[in-house]
Amino acid sequence: MLQLSIFLENAKGRLAEVISLLAELKVNLRALSLADTKDYGVLRVIVDDPVVTAEKLRERKVVVSLTPVWVLMVPDRTGGLAEILNQLVQQDVVFEYMYAFVEMEHKQAQVVLRVQNKAIMEKAVQTLNLPVK
Amino acid sequence: MDIVDKAKETDRTEEQWLKGLRKTVDRVLPIPHYQESYGAIGITQAEDIKSLSDFQRLPLTTKEDLRRNYPFGLFAEPMENIVRLHASSGTTGKPTVVGYTSQDISLWAKIVANELRRIGVTRKDVVQVAYGYGLFTGGMGLHYGCEELGAIVVPISGGNTARQLMLMRDFGTTVLACTPSYALYLAESLEESGISRDELKLKIGVFGAEPWTEGMREQIEARLGIKAYDIYGLSEIMGPGVALECPAQNGLHIDEHFYPEILDGEGNPLAVGEQGELVITSLEKQGFPVLRYRTKDLTTLHYGKCSCGQVGWTMDRVSARVDDMLIIRGVNVFPSQVEEAILSSGGFEPHYLLVVYRAGNLDQLEVQVEVNETSFSDEVRELEDRQQRLHQRIEEILGISVRIRLVEPKSIPRSEGKAIRVIDKRNKEG
Repeated sequence: MLQLSIFLENAKGRLAEVISLLAELKVNLRALSLADTKDYGVLRVIVDDPVVTAEKLRERKVVVSLTPVWVLMVPDRTGGLAEILNQLVQQDVVFEYMYAFVEMEHKQAQVVLRVQNKAIMEKAVQTLNLPVK
Repeated sequence: MDIVDKAKETDRTEEQWLKGLRKTVDRVLPIPHYQESYGAIGITQAEDIKSLSDFQRLPLTTKEDLRRNYPFGLFAEPMENIVRLHASSGTTGKPTVVGYTSQDISLWAKIVANELRRIGVTRKDVVQVAYGYGLFTGGMGLHYGCEELGAIVVPISGGNTARQLMLMRDFGTTVLACTPSYALYLAESLEESGISRDELKLKIGVFGAEPWTEGMREQIEARLGIKAYDIYGLSEIMGPGVALECPAQNGLHIDEHFYPEILDGEGNPLAVGEQGELVITSLEKQGFPVLRYRTKDLTTLHYGKCSCGQVGWTMDRVSARVDDMLIIRGVNVFPSQVEEAILSSGGFEPHYLLVVYRAGNLDQLEVQVEVNETSFSDEVRELEDRQQRLHQRIEEILGISVRIRLVEPKSIPRSEGKAIRVIDKRNKEG
């Protein structure tokens, strides 16, 4: 899965502007997280068609990159995430960051995961037979 | 043989230089300002200058002298012999006004033509002069030089970037003359314009009127696919063409109608090879001869034979202007040093803005740089590393710690003439 990572200058209204731009481009946001520093932020979003959306954003002078991430399905119950993470750690997967959202319909949590080494993660997912997107 | 064309290979002796210098002393002595200040040290006639060290006793001429004698007080010819006036913008006070006789104008044109010839410009070239036309000497200085050479001039002046690019393609422009910051903006606009580089015949750039760095030259050369040459000049001396590089791109050849010196902060002469303020005396100018004029430009002089074959004075690119110097917490800072840091640390666009403000009792310098697709990373840590590297690089060069602020592309205003690199908020805040 490719995530859109968008550079946001720390200026009043900039986040709202970019989100509005996504709305204008008729992009549905599946998941979203905002990493912030003192001067700028990185907006991370999961959308249906990341490649096309990135192209459209670039045309509008937005700095955007496509980042490979994994979306894990996690049972929405206590300890659900811990179980999966521990399994991945045992397979030597190192996490960079993650964010989660709950999908009411399927009673499932989804976790967006960015890892340090893509190949290790691919192997781990296969070995553990994890439900991923 | 024409005075400009002759004897490029010959070395000049002190006596030969003195001949020219005395001529200018002769020309300015009837002017009350010079009469008074030279009389005070016992110089009442050109013959009193017996050596170059005598010459170096003459008081320096400053921009303030020009302002005090505003508008025509330092002209050496009666007004009926003056055919053109140029003036500085006067943003920092009264403008400084200079006047030219028709012989001055033709000498200027010959000097510029000669220099353009040296970098390979010929009658077949189409020169787009995107310097401003008007009181500023940039546009007309290049214009007359190109006509003298016989090249085709496109006097488009600055601004209207889309049109610049269209005409560049349609007229088959081969030479572009403008400020380096505008050249960079044109390069950036070209990348977005839908006009491909292959449709252009551009091969040479003649850039000046603001300090720039070697890193900026590399950027411009790579992005426009041309050879970029540094041209130097200022209206008080003549205008563009006081010096221009040669194909060796290793220093600007100072035209032989000017006598250069380098002085330290106190006005003492420095040896060849040492960095200081450039001071220039014109040797042949009539309307507005200028003696030992302080240019406020910092550079280094060399004398000798260049690999291009020419013998004479060369100067390094102007690294900074005295007037551009910022004093941050007691440390001297030049915008060009920050430019050098940004370009050498890599990963950021060469567009930057320095914002100086006071926080508490301390001066703070904020450096705004634009993030681009290649420097932007999804990992905040990576981005912070890059920011940190730039921070370190600037600290190494400037000796002070600054605040780096990453901003979005195209958010720093682009210039169509001289770029604005500094916003100093200290005075306004009191």
